[in-house]
This record gives sequence, C-alpha cells and structure tokens, in this order.
Amino acid sequence: MTIFNKVFIAAVGVACAFSIACGGGSSPAKANVIVQTGQNVAPIVVNAGPAASLSGSQAFSYANGAFASVTVCVPGTSTCQTIDGVLVDTGSSGLRILSSALTNVSLPQQNTAGGNPVAECLTFLGSYTWGPVQTADVQIAGEKASAVPIQVLSDTAFPVPTACSSSAPGPSADTLATLGANGILGVGPFAQDCGNASACVTTGSAGLYYQCISGSCTSTGEPLAQQVVNPVALFSTDNNGAIIELPAVSSSAVSVNGSLVFGIGTQSNNALGSATVYGMDSNTFSFTTEYNGSPYAGSFIDSGSNGYFFLDSGTAGLPNCTDSTGTPTGFYCPTSPKTFSATNEGTNGTSGAVSFTIANADTLFANSSDNAFSQLGGPSIMGTPSSSNPDFFDWGLPFFYGRNIYTSIENTTAPGGATPYWAY
Amino acid sequence: MVESSKVSIPLKRLAAAGALALAMTALPASASLGGDAASIQADQVHMQGTRTMRAAGSYTVHEIQGENGTKVREYISADGKVFALAWNGPWFPDMKQILGTYFDQYSRASQTQRTTRIRRGPVMINEPGLIVQIGGHMRAFAGRAYVPEMLPAGVGAESIQ
Repeated sequence: MTIFNKVFIAAVGVACAFSIACGGGSSPAKANVIVQTGQNVAPIVVNAGPAASLSGSQAFSYANGAFASVTVCVPGTSTCQTIDGVLVDTGSSGLRILSSALTNVSLPQQNTAGGNPVAECLTFLGSYTWGPVQTADVQIAGEKASAVPIQVLSDTAFPVPTACSSSAPGPSADTLATLGANGILGVGPFAQDCGNASACVTTGSAGLYYQCISGSCTSTGEPLAQQVVNPVALFSTDNNGAIIELPAVSSSAVSVNGSLVFGIGTQSNNALGSATVYGMDSNTFSFTTEYNGSPYAGSFIDSGSNGYFFLDSGTAGLPNCTDSTGTPTGFYCPTSPKTFSATNEGTNGTSGAVSFTIANADTLFANSSDNAFSQLGGPSIMGTPSSSNPDFFDWGLPFFYGRNIYTSIENTTAPGGATPYWAY
Repeated sequence: MVESSKVSIPLKRLAAAGALALAMTALPASASLGGDAASIQADQVHMQGTRTMRAAGSYTVHEIQGENGTKVREYISADGKVFALAWNGPWFPDMKQILGTYFDQYSRASQTQRTTRIRRGPVMINEPGLIVQIGGHMRAFAGRAYVPEMLPAGVGAESIQ
C-alpha cells in the first residue's frame, strides 16, 4: 500500500505538468458550472425513467440513466413528435427510438439501392436492438439535422434474423419494458455506428445491417452515408461533439438535473476552459487507466454504463453482491464504502488522477425511490491487465456527477487537440 | 507463458482438411466450447478467418482472425478439448457458433436479471460449469468464456485472455 501511495503521488505530479486543471485531482474541488440556457443546450434528467410508469410487474425504475427529449419529424415537413425519456449514451452513436413510442409520425423507410428495406441489428452488452432504418429530421434543443438515418426498434416490423439473435448476449431491448427508455441518443466519439470498414460498407460481416426481402432479412453492406449516425455530427452548427453536465451527487438522489450541451468551443457557453483533453485511440475509442502500476488499455468513459465497472472482486478487495441463490449480481457490495485512486492517460500524453468511492449496491438500492447513485460499481470482465485482450475501467454515469465531460467526434476540428477525445 | 511454436494455417487448405475430418468423424458443424479441437476448423470456416496456433505449457491456443476484424482465441487442453475461449474486436463473434452446446445455458443465464435495479455494464455470467464475461462498448468489445472444471491443472482464469 505504501508503494501504491508513492505511485499515486508521482502520478499526480505528472498530471500537473500537463494540466492546469489538476489542482483537485480527484473529486472536483469546486462545483462544476452547468450551462442552463442557449439554443445548443438540452436539459437532461437522471430519474426513474419512462419505464417507471408501466403497469404492474413491468414497471421498473432505471438506475443512473440520463434522459433527454428528442424531436423527430418526417423529413422536410412540420409533422413532428417529441419523444422524452431518451437515454443519453456516449458509448454508442446514433439515434434509436422505440417503434411503440412513435405514435404520431410515420417515418420513411430506408431502402437499399436495389429497393429492399434496410434493418439493423445492434449488439449492446446484455441485449440487442433490432428494427428498420428510417429517416427523420432530428431536433434537439435549438439544433437541427436533416434526413438522419435512425433505427426504429421493433421485433415485429421485420422478423429478427437468427444471425442477429444468436450473436447477442441477451434478449432484445425493443420495448419500454426491456429497454427502460423510449430510445437511445448515441452521442459517442464515432460519427456512424458501424464505420467505413469493409465489414460494414461492403461485405456486411460486421452483422449490423440487413436487407429484407419478402420478410426475410440477410446481412448486407451499408454505405457510410446511409448508416445510423450520431445526429450531432449532422447538425449545421455545434457539430464537433457534446458535453454532459451533471452536478455532484453525494451518495444517492431521487433525481438530478443537468444539461446536454452541443458543440465544443463553438459558442460562448461550450468553451473547453480548463478541462484536460484525453486523446483516445481512433480505432478502439479507448484510453488507458493505470491502477496500482498496471495499465488497463481498453478503458472508456460511457454515460450509458450505469456504474463504475472495474477490476474483479479479488483485485478490488470488494465482495460481489449475490442474489438469493448465491450467484453474483454484477455489482459490488462492500461492508463499508471504499475509495480508489487511478490515473487516466490520454493517447496525447496527458494524464490525471481520479478518485472514486464504491458503496454497497444492495444498500443503495434498498431505498427504492432513489435513482442516481454516485457510488455504484461492479466488476469488469477480467480484473487483470492483458496484452492480447486489454481489460478496462468502464467510467460510467457516476463518473459524470460533478464533472462536465466533453466527448468530441472523430474527423472533426475541436479546441485542445486531435479528435476524437474526451475532456473533463 | 512461453511460445514454443507459432503456426499459420491458411483457410483454403484447412477447409479441405476440415471437410475430411467432418466426413470421417461426423463432428457437429458447430461445437466449440467443450468440444473437440476439430471443431475449431468449423469455427474458422464459419468466420472466414485465418488461424495461428501457439503452445503455452499444458495447452495450445488457436487464434482465428475473422474477416470482420474480430479475433477469437480457443484454448485446447492436452486431451484435445476446447476448455476456454477469449475474443476481442469491433464486433461480437457468433456466440452460438463459439459456445456450441453451452449456448442455451448462456442464453438462459443472460436473460436472468439478478438485481432489483437494471444493470448496464459488462455481461457477467457465473453459472455452475460456465463462466462468460463480455465488456467494452460499440466498436470495441472483449470477452471470454470457460468451463472451470475443464481448466488444466495449474491453469488459472487469468490465463484466459
């Protein structure tokens, strides 16, 4: 432990050499300023989410979900619908809306060059989304993007291909009861969800895009411009990234209000300021978190993860929570809160120390009215760094409380260095 | 973990050998975890991949680089059984293909919510006789699966990467 402390202090020293923002180092020393107004500012809220209003046993309260409202319109018309309860996710890119939530607009179907409807299978951790690719004009706050390919989530518009369901780790999340949100607003660091690899554009072996002929869907390549896209990248202004701004949460809260601010350094209200820029690998969209002298090279910041997911029970010294059968639930359950220190390292050479605290998830969840938890955590997949399969620290939504976190989009220009990057 | 050999096995030659092996032993077309080493060939053909092999003490690791960029490593014990898998890359591998007869157990377990509140994070399946862990994010996933009872003596889970 003594050795570890020395390493930690040394790491802070390095951070200060690169950053003027490192005075506090770990927990923000002073409250972050949250922008409230501007045509590029959308309010977000961390609360139970729209699934809480479902009836009976289907009802559930989301934990650590940040929700926004998104307006979708039939392209080129004023026929629009505003969808609330859309999860803001920096770990994915593209707008996905439940078919069941699109009650007032009928969006045009995207077709292949050959005239066949296009559908998408997207694998998330623990679930997948399936449904047609349709086109919408998208408006969030005062920002507009035209003719945006989006995914409309439905298990019935086209039958789910076996190739989609058999690759997925879990059930489909195409209803409010399974997704817990009316949609996902993916504002991650990549522009399109698949990208320009031949597996996406030509062969379709990535397994994301399908063409449907006579009710049967088979995988296909999807041209880059047709792919489901981070709508921010298609805004006419403020299109180089977004900032999630949430206040600090001491332990738990029923709801938390914050802002989703579009653009980085494009307006007076979205300047980089004193935030430190952490460059990310432009292929894996990851950076390195160093913990106890070991690098975790697949680390990432993800508002769609609802806890800190890191190490394993043994390495972290945190007992796993278990269910009634004794099976680990995937969260940590220490007898008393435990604080950790790690150092994030950007590919651009910056580094900065972070400290965070993990409390007992069962205790946190015991108060069923709380929905925001700053000390929620669970294990990562391997717990040990590895050269062939880089393990990660997954900096989920708790990391966002008390920080303004910038996610820049690849292939754009933004202050502070080459994109893509995170900054905070 | 010392690499004592590294062999590259091109797909075309393997496809022919695999077809012969399949014809001779009537192996299931898709059986990986828990299956015989020959099932790797089915995986390689399925993934349209190239394969490299290295020895690591009491076992060998076959890595298949799929056409879509995702790598799957299959761990083979001295008695020729696939006791573990690890993978990483931009997309998921075909879980049904690589988990073989364990897929149904995996599928059931992955649909079981064990907490009062939803968890959005790495997949952690901890079943009797089956561990599956998957993490990462869009365009960068990693995972591993193994049968604890099949790990060769002296080989720990930390070797499955």
